Amino acid sequence: MNSTLILSIAAEARERRDARHDAWFRRLLLAAALLVVLALLGAALATLWGGREVLFGQGLDFLASSRWDPVAGEFGALAPVYGTLVTSAVALVLAVPMAFGVALFLTEVAPPWLRGPVATAIELLASIPSIIYGMWGLTVFVPFMARIEPALSATLGRLPLVGALFQGPPLGLGLLTAGIVLAVMILPFIAAVMREVFSSVPRELKESARALGATTWEVAWHIVLPYTRPAVIGGIFLGLGRALGETMAVTFVLGNAFDITASLLMPGTSISSAIANEFNEAVGLHRSALLALGFLLFVVTFLVLLAARLLLRRLARREGTG
Amino acid sequence: MNANTLRSLIAAAAMVLASGQAAAVDITGAGSSFVYPVISRWAAAHAEASGTRVNYQSIGSGGGIAQIKAGTVDFGASDIPLDDADLDAAGLGQFPDVIGGIVPAFNVAGIEPGALVLDGPVLAGIFLGEVQRWNAPAIIALNPDLSLPDAAITVVHRSDGSGTTYNFTDYLARVSPDWKSKVGTGASVKWPTGVGGKGNEGIAAYVRQLPNSIGYVEYAYAVQNKLGYARMKNAAGRVVAPQAASFEAAAASADWAGARNFNLLMTNAPGEDAWPITATSWVIVHRQPKHAARAKATLDFFRWAFEHGREQALALDYVPLPPTLVRRIEAYWDAGLKH
Repeated sequence: MNSTLILSIAAEARERRDARHDAWFRRLLLAAALLVVLALLGAALATLWGGREVLFGQGLDFLASSRWDPVAGEFGALAPVYGTLVTSAVALVLAVPMAFGVALFLTEVAPPWLRGPVATAIELLASIPSIIYGMWGLTVFVPFMARIEPALSATLGRLPLVGALFQGPPLGLGLLTAGIVLAVMILPFIAAVMREVFSSVPRELKESARALGATTWEVAWHIVLPYTRPAVIGGIFLGLGRALGETMAVTFVLGNAFDITASLLMPGTSISSAIANEFNEAVGLHRSALLALGFLLFVVTFLVLLAARLLLRRLARREGTG
Repeated sequence: MNANTLRSLIAAAAMVLASGQAAAVDITGAGSSFVYPVISRWAAAHAEASGTRVNYQSIGSGGGIAQIKAGTVDFGASDIPLDDADLDAAGLGQFPDVIGGIVPAFNVAGIEPGALVLDGPVLAGIFLGEVQRWNAPAIIALNPDLSLPDAAITVVHRSDGSGTTYNFTDYLARVSPDWKSKVGTGASVKWPTGVGGKGNEGIAAYVRQLPNSIGYVEYAYAVQNKLGYARMKNAAGRVVAPQAASFEAAAASADWAGARNFNLLMTNAPGEDAWPITATSWVIVHRQPKHAARAKATLDFFRWAFEHGREQALALDYVPLPPTLVRRIEAYWDAGLKH
């Protein structure tokens, strides 16, 4: 009787202690999560504050003008924004199908002894610093592009509509080259996510489809992809986020000209490479304009991620009703 | 441990600290990346000679100006001079440290380094995008003996803000009214044409890779990368080659007497043998420094460098200041700087 009482008191004390610890643990987790939000807000507000002279002084001109003239003190962000979006789009167009193929190969097609080495190689590709991609791009890839660009102009350049994308002198530098280098850089991120989720598809589903006579392609397209679609899109946007903010590699191969051109073979500039190029020697209004560009990169990235969320939600809804 | 030994220990420690301070004054500088190689070479040799260590951080001219204004370094270095009003407002003084040349570097098959001759208006025309082909009449007129190809010129410029660009665009603005009104002078400008490479090495890489291109680099880069460089027709109408003698001639012929704080650019200098795109960078110090010992050590360092550092500068393809200019700088120190 007495001993059970003591036991129950002890248990009660332990429960209370556990509850207290739990509460502390919850607060710790909350603090960690809030810290991330605060850091993000802090960085965004700091660039907003640093760029206030240009953002509020020039207002819409900053967003609508493509004239970037540090001598005259006129700063328009259109050319860097354009370059950022175009190079990222080129990178996605090239990297997504390739990543899909790589992931599918590794999960469905490759013999088991090949899966490990190829998966490791892809992970290593992701760990190469971007400056290495830049140097490789400049010394190896740019001369290669300079050699094949005349052929691109002569073939794709003759097509209606698409032709405008492939005009201009064969410099080797430019939006297309930067897009391809970016594609190589984001490929491992997208492929790694896809491989992970593809291998999580239940065996039964795939085997049932095969039993019904589906080919490997049909299994991939009708079973694997629909099953993993939200995660796949998440992976793509992870890659896109990296492409939007990539700095060094792009700076090396983009050509750094503040122009907006229809042709992908012409040099351009991007938000992050403009900042990397000019920040060191920028004072006064020029510095403010570069910080404002940094804020703009926040906005662009945020809008792109928001679009991704909306896309995911719509997909989920369609799947729910259909 | 008794009180006596403790006291003697403290005294000994205090003496060590005090003597340490007196023997080695460490000075810090920050700014221009253009002078970084020569300042670090000087610093190593000077440390052996005097025990004073100079810690120089190559963070860019803008950063150097900001740091010396904030008083976080003993000297700043900038490729762009501050004007008198700016210096007076911040209580600063400035003087040149070393001379370098900027050369047009080109890549045209079959044309040797130094074989091509350009003048200011043609160079401005090329960088404005108005002279578009290598066999344009204006270029042929200057090079009647060269067989120039019928090929489009690819212009290569700096993508990063830089003192080299500042001096180069200042030269173009002096020789071309069009350049002055359309583009102007600046560390970063709105380039009418061309592609941008990051740093001297970026331009050197692009010029080497892009056939029929032309850019501008510091002389040392053109030499070390074996780029084709052009000779220039200078303000006196003579064709000169980029070399130590022509850079020094530009420095000697510049009108330093007319510049109270040495704030003049040496571009388009009038001398007979002057290289037209010669540049220097400026050391910026406080007139009333907080740390007298460190300010003195700073000026001692540059006094030593002007006297004993000539060989090191030449070995790195810089040109030491001509003696007349050094005397002028030392007079400036005595008159205007507390040390």
